[in-house]
Amino acid sequence: MTVKTPIYLDYSATTPVDARVAEKMIPYLTEHFGNPASRSHSFGWVAEKAVENAREEVAKLVNADPREIIWTSGATESNNLAIKGAAHFYSGKGKHIITVQTEHKAVIDPVRELERLGFEATFLQPEPNGLLDLEKFKAAIRPDTVLASVMLVNNEIGVIQDIEAIGNLCREHGIIFHVDSAQATGKVAIDLEKLPVDLMSFSAHKTYGPKGIGALYVRRKPRVRLEAQMHGGGHERGLRSGTLATHQIVGMGEAFRIAREEMELENARIRRLRDRLLSGLQDIEEVYVNGDLKQRVPHNLNISFNFVEGESLIMAVKDIAVSSGSACTSASLEPSYVLRALGRSDELAHSSIRFSIGRFTTEEDIDYTVALMKSKIGKLRELSPLWEMHLEGIDLSKVEWAAH
Amino acid sequence: MAYSDKVLDHYENPRNVGTLDKNDPHVGTGMVGAPACGDVMKLQIKVNDSGIIEDAKFKTYGCGSAIASSSLVTEWLKGKSLDEAAQIKNSAIAEELALPPVKIHCSVLAEDAIKAAVADLKAKQTDKEVA
Repeated sequence: MTVKTPIYLDYSATTPVDARVAEKMIPYLTEHFGNPASRSHSFGWVAEKAVENAREEVAKLVNADPREIIWTSGATESNNLAIKGAAHFYSGKGKHIITVQTEHKAVIDPVRELERLGFEATFLQPEPNGLLDLEKFKAAIRPDTVLASVMLVNNEIGVIQDIEAIGNLCREHGIIFHVDSAQATGKVAIDLEKLPVDLMSFSAHKTYGPKGIGALYVRRKPRVRLEAQMHGGGHERGLRSGTLATHQIVGMGEAFRIAREEMELENARIRRLRDRLLSGLQDIEEVYVNGDLKQRVPHNLNISFNFVEGESLIMAVKDIAVSSGSACTSASLEPSYVLRALGRSDELAHSSIRFSIGRFTTEEDIDYTVALMKSKIGKLRELSPLWEMHLEGIDLSKVEWAAH
Repeated sequence: MAYSDKVLDHYENPRNVGTLDKNDPHVGTGMVGAPACGDVMKLQIKVNDSGIIEDAKFKTYGCGSAIASSSLVTEWLKGKSLDEAAQIKNSAIAEELALPPVKIHCSVLAEDAIKAAVADLKAKQTDKEVA
């Protein structure tokens, strides 16, 4: 078997820029370098045209009006602008926000910041499969609820929330609804003409575009208002000042165009690879898939290998690039807060690996990964006192551990 | 995270992995840590009649540094008296393995495991004397 190692299986952390995207970007760094805001000469006009073409491509992928797309530096900024911008604008109506414990930190932290500024927030716990119970969402709605934020595809476990149903509840109660779709573009079909969503965040680099560029969808009908978080030259209809990064924007547009055209075929291929990976790993004893397997993008497989600690496992499988928890928090020693919110035990949360498959993953990559995991899990379990106790029939949850 | 060569060596070729009979009166067992914290270390020592540690075994659930720390102490323990064993300090383990600050707790755990194993053995021996 000839595979090139390390094998990249961390597409949910970031993706390589597609060669077609990179090629399209380069002229906008050198030749067409104009400032899209320059109205007085052709350098500016050329850049502006490229920016508007890209805006159209982003809008097309999600069936929105290009005028509803605001450029940002990435999904983190989009989330901040959406959440803080809407909360502040509508704070006269109320100061309560609903979100979910398994959101990305780029949603949780802005909400926490608003709490410090006098807002109140409800962080809903999802069901053990990672999905939100609509009844619990309904029960959390208060007369002063102004904003809700629920992600479309979870970054750690890949589950797809029922955005349409949640959005309908928000509409009924006049709540502004924000959706973080950083992990969703090119993976699930998004139709903003139909979906009752007011604000939606996008990132380029999760969809084979460059890092450092993203967008926020801001609904026009009914019109959603925001307070700008970045003040300056009044770019992007005053919502986000700052000179537009033409080359990055061109890259995002091209990446989203490719996603729109190739999504269907690509997802079918990735689903076959995911099934192959899953069936291979399920030969191993005591493995648990985290998150619902059906209502989930095929790109993500998050699995806990019981009785094996995640960091040592990642060290053992250095031929494959995977992550334990999310890349943003893997420097800490805390187990994944997402898995904990699902009610996973700490040891299962500590033993989780996220495999994320993408455009350039091959069948050989998957087969190599399965063989490697099988051998390394066996080795680490030989080393594990917990595995030994499990084999002796000891119930680990009943042991009194000397916590440190 | 970048690991030192010594951590990698112990991690890839762990010394003295295994289990001794915990009911043997010459064997002391120390189990420290908790699955919830991401580390559990089981360290066992076996002494001869003159009280010298002649064998040491470990099993560890934890990160590479935790595995390396416990593997290293099994090497250090052999040939030592119980009192000498109890003198092993986490700082020496951390220094030998060049552990980064975020991994110092692994060496602390290894020191605790030694102390627990020695205490277990001493308790067994006291029981025997009383009997």
